[in-house]
Amino acid sequence: MTNEALQNLIGGWFPNPEADKVPAAVTDSESEEDSGDNQVAQQQVNPSLLEFTEEGSEHLNISVHSHLLHQLMSTLKENAATRFDYLFCLSGVDWGEELGVVYHLESTTHRHIVVVKVKTDGRENPTLDSIYDIWATAEFHEREVYDFFGIKFNNHPNLKRLFLTEDWVGFPLRKDYVDDINMIIK
Amino acid sequence: METTTVNSNFKSEKYQINMGPQHPATHGVLNLLLTIDGEIIKKVEPDLGYIHRSIEKMCERDSYQQIVHLTDRMDYLSSNINNEAVCLTVEKALQLAIPERVKVIRTIIGELTRISSHCLWWGVMGMDVGALTTYFYGFRDREMINDIMEETCGARLTMNYNVPGGLMFDIHPNFVKRVKDFIAHFKTKLPEFDTLLTENIIFQKRTKGIGILTREDAISFGASGPVARASGYSCDVRKYHPYSALDRVTFKEALRTEGDTFARYSVRIQEMWESLSIVEQLIDNIPEGEHRVKTNAVIKLPKGEFYQKVETARGELGVYVISTGTKSPYRLKFRSPGFSNLSLLNHIAVGGKIGDLVATMATLDLVIPDIDR
Amino acid sequence: MTTALSITKNIHDWLFSTMPEGVASIVEMTLIALVYLGIFSVAGLFLVLMERRVAAWFQLRIGPNRVGFQGLLQTMADALKLLSKELTGTVKADKFLYNLAPYFVIISSLMALAVIPFTKDFHAFDINIGIFFLIAISSIGVIGILLGGWSSNNKFALIGAMRSGVQTISYELSIGLSLLTMVLITETLQLSEIVEVQKNGWLIVQGHIPAIIAFMIFMIAGTAETNRAPFDMAEAESELGAGFHTEYSGMKFAYFFLAEFINMFIIAAIAATVFFGGWLSPFGITESIPLLGVFWFLAKTLTLVFLMMWFRWTFPRLRVDQLLTLEWKYLLPINLVNIVIMAAVVWLNLTINF
Repeated sequence: MTNEALQNLIGGWFPNPEADKVPAAVTDSESEEDSGDNQVAQQQVNPSLLEFTEEGSEHLNISVHSHLLHQLMSTLKENAATRFDYLFCLSGVDWGEELGVVYHLESTTHRHIVVVKVKTDGRENPTLDSIYDIWATAEFHEREVYDFFGIKFNNHPNLKRLFLTEDWVGFPLRKDYVDDINMIIK
Repeated sequence: METTTVNSNFKSEKYQINMGPQHPATHGVLNLLLTIDGEIIKKVEPDLGYIHRSIEKMCERDSYQQIVHLTDRMDYLSSNINNEAVCLTVEKALQLAIPERVKVIRTIIGELTRISSHCLWWGVMGMDVGALTTYFYGFRDREMINDIMEETCGARLTMNYNVPGGLMFDIHPNFVKRVKDFIAHFKTKLPEFDTLLTENIIFQKRTKGIGILTREDAISFGASGPVARASGYSCDVRKYHPYSALDRVTFKEALRTEGDTFARYSVRIQEMWESLSIVEQLIDNIPEGEHRVKTNAVIKLPKGEFYQKVETARGELGVYVISTGTKSPYRLKFRSPGFSNLSLLNHIAVGGKIGDLVATMATLDLVIPDIDR
Repeated sequence: MTTALSITKNIHDWLFSTMPEGVASIVEMTLIALVYLGIFSVAGLFLVLMERRVAAWFQLRIGPNRVGFQGLLQTMADALKLLSKELTGTVKADKFLYNLAPYFVIISSLMALAVIPFTKDFHAFDINIGIFFLIAISSIGVIGILLGGWSSNNKFALIGAMRSGVQTISYELSIGLSLLTMVLITETLQLSEIVEVQKNGWLIVQGHIPAIIAFMIFMIAGTAETNRAPFDMAEAESELGAGFHTEYSGMKFAYFFLAEFINMFIIAAIAATVFFGGWLSPFGITESIPLLGVFWFLAKTLTLVFLMMWFRWTFPRLRVDQLLTLEWKYLLPINLVNIVIMAAVVWLNLTINF
C-alpha cells in the first residue's frame, strides 16, 4: 500500500474531532471502512491526537498522542488491510522538551512500512504504554529504551536496567547526560 | 500416602547458574542467568552490557566518516556490511549518484564477508555441539577471504573499506584472480562441511526438533536473517529492499519451514552457496570507472530522518538517522539483528536441556558487540 | 604373585636371599609399584602427546613440535609446569574431599594397570579373576569424579559430576556384559589364560559375529566409561566450562587429566587382550622371540587408542538423555541377546578354531 493510501486508511480510524476518550469505532474497524469516506475521515483527524507527515522521510510518519498509542498499535497489527506484524526497530529519542519513542513497523504480508512516533509528557516522569503484548520483541527494546532514556513503560513485565547496572545514576542517551570521566566531548 | 512422604523428602528444587560472562558457549561476554531444574532449563535471562560502549551516543558527536569506523566494532564478523549500511544511509540522504563500479565491488565484498562470517559460525557451531575439528575447517576457508581483504584494504577483520561516496581505494589488481581462486577452492570445500558435520547422525539428533521457533513467533520477536528464514519467514533484505548491485543478480533466498536448530543450520549452509553464486555472477563484470565520488570534507546531512536496512550475516541491520542538518546526527539508532534474535532465546530454549541451549544459541549466531552496541 | 620379566629374576632371588621372606616381598612389591608408576606416568604423558599430534593431524595443523625432537618433550614440559602451579581452590569447598578426589581417580586407574599382561612375563599381578578385578577397579574412579564435582562447591562441577556418575554407572553394564560374552569362549577370567586360549585364533575370529558385536559395544561403552568425546558429558567444555574439574588446578588437575589418558589406555589394552590376542603375534610369526610380545601388545593397544582418538576428533557430543537412551534402550538389550547368541555358538561348537 502506498503511503497516501495508508494515511487515508489510518486517519479514518480516529474520526472523532475532540476525542480525549476512546473512539468506539476503532476497536472493530474493518477493512471496508476505508473505502468510501477517506477524504472526510482524514479531515476529521484531531491533529493533537494523530498527525501524518512524510517530510524528510521516505516512509509515512504517524505522530500519535501517548494515550492512543497502544490502541493505534494494536489496530495497526490487527487490521487486515494494514497488518503491521513486524516491529523491526524501536528507538528512543530525546527531543529536548520531551522524550519520544519511534516505532518502525513493517507488514510481512503487504510489505509496507510505517513509522509511528510518540512523545512523553515532559522529561521528569516520562511514561508510555508498553506494547510488548502486541510484539514480543518490544519487551527487550523497551528495556533498552528505559535503560538509556528513562522512559517507563506501563504494564511492562520486567522493566529493569538491561545494559547498565541497577545502581547507575542517570540515563546516558539523554542529551543532558553528563559524565566527565567516561565521555569525551569534542 | 507413603509415596507422598518419600517425595516430600526428595523434592526437586530449581537452582540458578550463571552461564557466562566467561563461558565458552556464549562466544563473548554474554551472561545468561539460567534457572535449571536438574538438566532442564526453566528460564533464560540474558544479562547484557559487559562490553557496551554506547556507540549510539558516540555517533551523536562524531562526523559521518567517523561513524563508519564505529560500525566495524559492532558486528565485527560482518564489518563490511555494517560500513556499507552507514554509507548507504548517508548517500541516500545526500542523494549521491554512486558509480556502478562501487556498487558491484561493495556487493562482492559484502557477500565474501557473509561467507567468511558463516564459515566462522560453522566452525563454532561444530565446536558447540562437541565436534572440535570443524573449527579448523571453517577457519581454513575463512583465512582465504581474510587474505583477499588484507590485500585489498589492508585489514583483515575491521575493514573500513567503505566511505560515504564510494570506496576508500580501488581494488587491488589481484583481487579478481584471487576471488576466482577462492570460489574454485570453496566449491570443493563446502561439500566437506556437509560430510564432516551435517550428515553426522549424532549432529542431526542433537539439532533436529530442538529449539523450535514458529513463523508467528519469529515475526513477533522481530527475528531476522537466517533465524527467521529457517522458520519460513521470508525476510531477506537483499530480496525485498535490494541495495548496491543486488538488484541485478539472481539468487535464491534460503528458506526452511521447520524452524528448529537444524533448519537454521541448513539455511546458513545454503546461504553460503547462494553468496558464492552472487560473487560468481559479479566478479567478471566489474564495470570500469571511478571508485569514489567526491563528497564534502564535512558531510552535513539535510534535515530529516533516514532509515536504511541491509542484510548482514546475522540478519537485518537498520540504521536510523535523525538529522538536524549539522555534521553529526541528532540521534542515530542501530537496529542490530543480534539484539532481536537474542530476545527470543528464552522463548525457544525453555524446556530443553543445557546441551540444547548451547546448540540453539550457536544457531542464533550471536555476536555480543552487536548486542552491546 | 608372579613377578616380573626374566631379567628381574636375579633381583627377586637376591632380595629373598638377603632379607626375611615377609620383608622381601614387601620390598619387591614396592619396587614393582614404583617401576609401574614411573613407566605409566611417562606413558600417560606420551599418550597426551599422541592425542595432540593426532588431533592436529585431523585438524589440518602440525601440533606440538618444538620441545625436544618433534615435540616429544612437550608434555613433559607441561607436566613440569603443572607441578609448579599454585593449587587453587574454592573457599567453601569441602577441603578434605576436594583434596582426596584426584587420588581416587589416579590410583584406581593405576591399580587397573597391574593386571594387564604386557607379555608373557611382563605381568605384575596375574590373578584368576583378572577381568572381574578390572571391571571392579574401573568403577571406583567415578567416585573420585563425583567427590571432586560435589566438594568443589561449583554448580558446573556438580552437574558434570552427576552426569559422569550416571554415565559411568550405566555404561559399566555394557562393559561387563560384553566382556562376559567373551568369557563364555575363554571359560576363564584370568587374563594370561585368556591370551593362551587365543593361540588358536584371536577371540574376535573365534567368536565371529557375536564377538564382533561385543567388540563394538565394548569400544562404545569403553569410550563412554573414560568420559571421552562423543561421550564427554562430564567435561563438555561448551556446556559446562570444564565440568567436574573446573575448580582444580596444578597437579590435582593433572591427575584427572592423566587418569583420563591412562583409562583410555586400559580400555584399549583390555580390548586388545580380550579380542585381539594380547601379546600374541598375528599367525604366530614371532612366537620364538617372547619379548616381541610387548611390541605386539602395544601395537594393538595403540591402534585401538588411535581409534578412540578418531572418535573424539570427528564426532559431535551426544546430549545426556541421548547418551542414556543409547545405553539402556540399545546397547543393553543388544548385549543381552548377544550373550545368548554367544552361548549358542559355544554350545554348538560353532567357534572358528585354527
